[in-house]
Amino acid sequence: DLSDSEDSVFSGLEDSGSDSEEEEEEEGGGGGGGRSVRFCEVLCAVQDIRNTVGNVPMEWYRDFPHLGYDLDGRKIYKPIRSQDELDHFLDKMENPDYWRTVHDKQTGSDITLSEEQVALVRRLQSGRFGDVDFNEYQPTVEYFSRDVMLHPVTNRPADKRSFIPSLIEKEKVSKLVHAIKMGWIKPRRVEDDSRGRYYDLWASEDSSILARHKMHLPAPKIPLPGHQESYNPPPEFLFNEEERALWEQQDAADRKLPFVPRKFSSLRSVPAFPRFVHERFERCLDLYLCPRQRKMRVNVDPEDLIPKLPKPRDLQPFPTTQSLVYRGHSGLIRSISVSPTGQWLASGSDDGSVRFWEVCSSRCLKTVQVGGAVRRPVCLTHLDSRVLLLSPSLADRQVVSASELLLSDKEGAEPVQGAESLVTWSEAEGEELNEGIRLKIQHPKAVHQVAWHAKGDYLASVMPDHSSHLQVLIHQVSRRRSQNPFRRNKGLVQRVSFHPLRPYFFVATQRSVRIYNLLKQEMTKKLQANAKWISSMAVHPGGDHVICGSYDCRLSWFDLDLSTKPYRMLRHHKKAVRGVAYHRFYPLFASASDDGSVIVCHGTVYNDLLQNPLIVPVKVLRGHAVSQDLGVLDVTFHPSQPWVFSSGADATIRLYT
Amino acid sequence: MGGLQKKKFERGSATNYITRNKARKKLQLSLPDFRRLCILKGIYPHEPKHKKKVNKGSTAPRTFYLLKDIRFLLHEPIVGKFRDYKVFVRKLRKAYGKSEWTSVERLRENKPTYKLDHIIKERYPTFIDALRDIDDALCMCFLFSTFARTGKCHVQTIQLCRRLTVEWMNYIITSRALRKVFLSIKGIYYQVEVMGQLITWLVPYQFAHDHPTDVDYRVMATFTELYTTLLGFVNFRLYHSLNLVYPPKLDGKAEAELKEEDEEGYAMNSESYSEKLSALGGSLARVVSAGEEEEAEVDQFPVEGEDMEKMEAREKEQKELEAQKRLFEGLKVFLNREVPRESLAFILRCFGAEVSWDKSVCIGSTFDVTDETITHQIVDRPNAEKQYINRYYIQPQWVYDCVNAKILLPVQDYFLGVTLPPHLSPFVEEKEGDYIPPEKLKIMALKRGEKSEEEEEEEEEGEGEEEEEDEDEDAEEDEDEEEEDVAEEMNLKKMEKQRSQGKSLSVKVTPGKVKAENPARLEQEEKAEEKRLAIMMMKKKEKYLYDKIMFGKKRKIREANKLAAKRKAHDDAEKVAKKKKAKKQ
Repeated sequence: DLSDSEDSVFSGLEDSGSDSEEEEEEEGGGGGGGRSVRFCEVLCAVQDIRNTVGNVPMEWYRDFPHLGYDLDGRKIYKPIRSQDELDHFLDKMENPDYWRTVHDKQTGSDITLSEEQVALVRRLQSGRFGDVDFNEYQPTVEYFSRDVMLHPVTNRPADKRSFIPSLIEKEKVSKLVHAIKMGWIKPRRVEDDSRGRYYDLWASEDSSILARHKMHLPAPKIPLPGHQESYNPPPEFLFNEEERALWEQQDAADRKLPFVPRKFSSLRSVPAFPRFVHERFERCLDLYLCPRQRKMRVNVDPEDLIPKLPKPRDLQPFPTTQSLVYRGHSGLIRSISVSPTGQWLASGSDDGSVRFWEVCSSRCLKTVQVGGAVRRPVCLTHLDSRVLLLSPSLADRQVVSASELLLSDKEGAEPVQGAESLVTWSEAEGEELNEGIRLKIQHPKAVHQVAWHAKGDYLASVMPDHSSHLQVLIHQVSRRRSQNPFRRNKGLVQRVSFHPLRPYFFVATQRSVRIYNLLKQEMTKKLQANAKWISSMAVHPGGDHVICGSYDCRLSWFDLDLSTKPYRMLRHHKKAVRGVAYHRFYPLFASASDDGSVIVCHGTVYNDLLQNPLIVPVKVLRGHAVSQDLGVLDVTFHPSQPWVFSSGADATIRLYT
Repeated sequence: MGGLQKKKFERGSATNYITRNKARKKLQLSLPDFRRLCILKGIYPHEPKHKKKVNKGSTAPRTFYLLKDIRFLLHEPIVGKFRDYKVFVRKLRKAYGKSEWTSVERLRENKPTYKLDHIIKERYPTFIDALRDIDDALCMCFLFSTFARTGKCHVQTIQLCRRLTVEWMNYIITSRALRKVFLSIKGIYYQVEVMGQLITWLVPYQFAHDHPTDVDYRVMATFTELYTTLLGFVNFRLYHSLNLVYPPKLDGKAEAELKEEDEEGYAMNSESYSEKLSALGGSLARVVSAGEEEEAEVDQFPVEGEDMEKMEAREKEQKELEAQKRLFEGLKVFLNREVPRESLAFILRCFGAEVSWDKSVCIGSTFDVTDETITHQIVDRPNAEKQYINRYYIQPQWVYDCVNAKILLPVQDYFLGVTLPPHLSPFVEEKEGDYIPPEKLKIMALKRGEKSEEEEEEEEEGEGEEEEEDEDEDAEEDEDEEEEDVAEEMNLKKMEKQRSQGKSLSVKVTPGKVKAENPARLEQEEKAEEKRLAIMMMKKKEKYLYDKIMFGKKRKIREANKLAAKRKAHDDAEKVAKKKKAKKQ
């Protein structure tokens, strides 16, 4: 408790100082240990004599005249003259012992420290022992040394347990032994540097290859670097600004190069590649995470893919060059047809006229203004809702007079039936007669196509209409009679055609072609065209093959004996196919398309049923200009020569020979 | 009737594959352990042919392993070791928690370890298999050996990698197997031919790596564990195939030479030997001290016809190879301190040159700068302060270019301060129609021994230009003809218009021109048309394939043309600049 407050320390110091003198006088040089004990006792005793208040802060007595009580209970009074600052100052200036004067708050008196006390304070401050004479480095006395002493330190007899083996130890050892036996504790492993100790692993190479190795797909090696990766690449491999901008814009996965090629003037200026560790890491990930699959790379010579076809030169004759252009129409020429002799050509155009041309001279011999767009002229023309039969009077006089006779033959006409009231037959008169119009067949709706029977007495007209069963009409010219062959609507009729030899009738709707037997009045076949919208149809002169052009650029060839599916689908046009035609006796057919080309193909049909037709494209004929996305609209062959006529949206007819 | 109903996904490909999670559950491993096992055993996911069938009708993205692979993993002894390790970690943690330091020590002493020898043997049943797959191992070991010995991985691993790579390089030097080198912006590529296998690896430039945070070093460490084992065994086998002592020891003679120098300055005693090895200066000790390498001569077999030609070609190749192996023989090269010492020493020694460097750069220098017999000094600074007359001062690229060209290139392009010619990749093998940089053409011409003088080269350049011009003219002719056609057409059209408008034509009779019809050209055109028509008749599938191939071909041509155009523009610009300079002077 002495060291608790400052005051007590001071007081103790003072006391000890005063006492130590006495002690020294009394006891001379006593042992260090005993002395300090006494020191404390004395200290306490002296304190008791002076003031009995104990270890309390002396501020508590500030307002009292006394400082505390002595042993007898009498008050200890403060010194009468209290020193003020001036006194202190004067004291400081004058008193040579001021520096070693200490104020004792408990007694209120000033105490001047002696030389010895000051020395003691100094020693304590510097962390030494308080006693001057104390030797801290005394030689140690070795009581227990390795030298066997003559006499025992203690004379106690040895215990019994020092003679017999320890049971506890035995138990512990047996536990350890058991643990080692059981494998719970492993004996200390012999340090072996097995890492980095190598031997000939493949000394006995057994060729037994596991099944796994057959399934193994080795990882592809890292692609070897190209010139771009060089530190000093040729200048053409460096990026220009455009390429650099593109590279920066692109996603990291889309980039062709994973880095920007750079050029350094010398090897010492090449910096470290910042993504080096990344790239190795990515490789690691690829090796163990990337699913592997064996992909067969197609390694074919593209030339081998091209089918081997007979040379076009061996398949001559076929039209090769454009030889004549027939100009005169001012609108699209929708349709053309050639007279059976091959001398005359008729064309119908959107400008509302039908023109007759001489094939050899490309002269227009006759123009008939019929008013309204003309869809089909074959010595007859059909307008919006009328079909006109014209007699151009260009042929031999005999032929002309014969046809005139036929057309003006009224006797054959039967009384009008009820069903035929749909169509009105009328004869042309006056001006029209002079122009060559002979008969008019008034239809209730717009006529899109007219097809002649091979005998020339019958003709069929098409009026496409979704909702009506009245789409096809068959007219007999000699008897001026019309009839509607179908009771039911089976889809939008696009084209009709008569079989050249037998009594069959072909009707092309949007997606299929139906073949009807006219005698039995029943459907015999339905051909699936696999096209979206059939645009045109032609029947082979033999009658066993049909080609259909469609608006989705396809041309399908049907072999009627083979199947109802197309035997061959040709996709050689770039745009919608508008017209198809067969040659009458050469093995040729042609297709006209909106891309401005006419493609002539060789299509041999064999009499042997086992041999499939041979189809070889032989010539692409160009010449028509494309206007308003329309190219060639109609195509037809010369009846006797291997010539082909085509009419186009550029208001011309062209002859290719 | 009928029998049992067939259930879906109970046979066929659905039963051959297993998803990763299922595999993990089957093996009872945590994901990191499974990953480690897959890396070590070389198991990788497979992409099934019909993913939806395998995925039981779902199209969710999943990775699939072959069920057989996973079954095969079930019997792997290493899986048991993984479990032991897990137990060990648990025990250790417990001991730490209880502050039982003795048991901690005991546990640490008994830390479970595993060996990968059997895995290597199983993955690579023959030595050639191992060599085929050693590219990645080399890349990884070379990378790890450049890591600082702090932090990212164990110091032992780094030291082991360094040791193995030094052994590998020493083997390559002794067997003279180096074929190609390439200085890229990523690092230096080396290609060697060991036992008929081409092996390529990449060494980063000597810089401290700034370790990216998004890289999982545990994965890399696992790979390195496998690769160090593999590389060690491969090294052992390779050393024995050359009758060299493994672990490598320096030749007695070389060692004696090195002993003279004071060794204490470089490294501690324990490390000095490996340092000496890694200096790549001395030759290695052999088990059987053979004098010189005996060249096994190829036996002659009587052959006929085509085989004869092949044989001759092979012989020629062999001769070329032998010449390449002796490329730098007789040269005495001194490396300045600023050039990459290890790479250059490796390459030069591979081709038989004597190499030395400054004593303070590395241990093992054999001669000094002042040596009068030095033929080449490799320098990579703008100027050298003190030059000896009887040696060439060249930049390091010369060495690399010489190796790739397989001849000693003229040194004048590589002198100090000279703008270096572009450094080309030796790995690019141009096929017909590919773009070939003019520098490569030049080197090829040099190799053929056609012309070596610069002037002639210039001439050649001039010729080249002329040729180009000729080509241009041809092209122009074509264009002219086309233009004529177009003009005619235009004329006709005009006439048509006039006619259609009903105007009187200005009919004139002009003397007709005789069109010279080139029969060869006509024939060509006919053939081209035939081909076009045949293409029209192609089936849809074949057409698609054909179009794809043709597209690829065209793209290739386009790219080559683009590069050529770029080069031409660059050269023209340079020429103009040169002229301007000349004028100014």
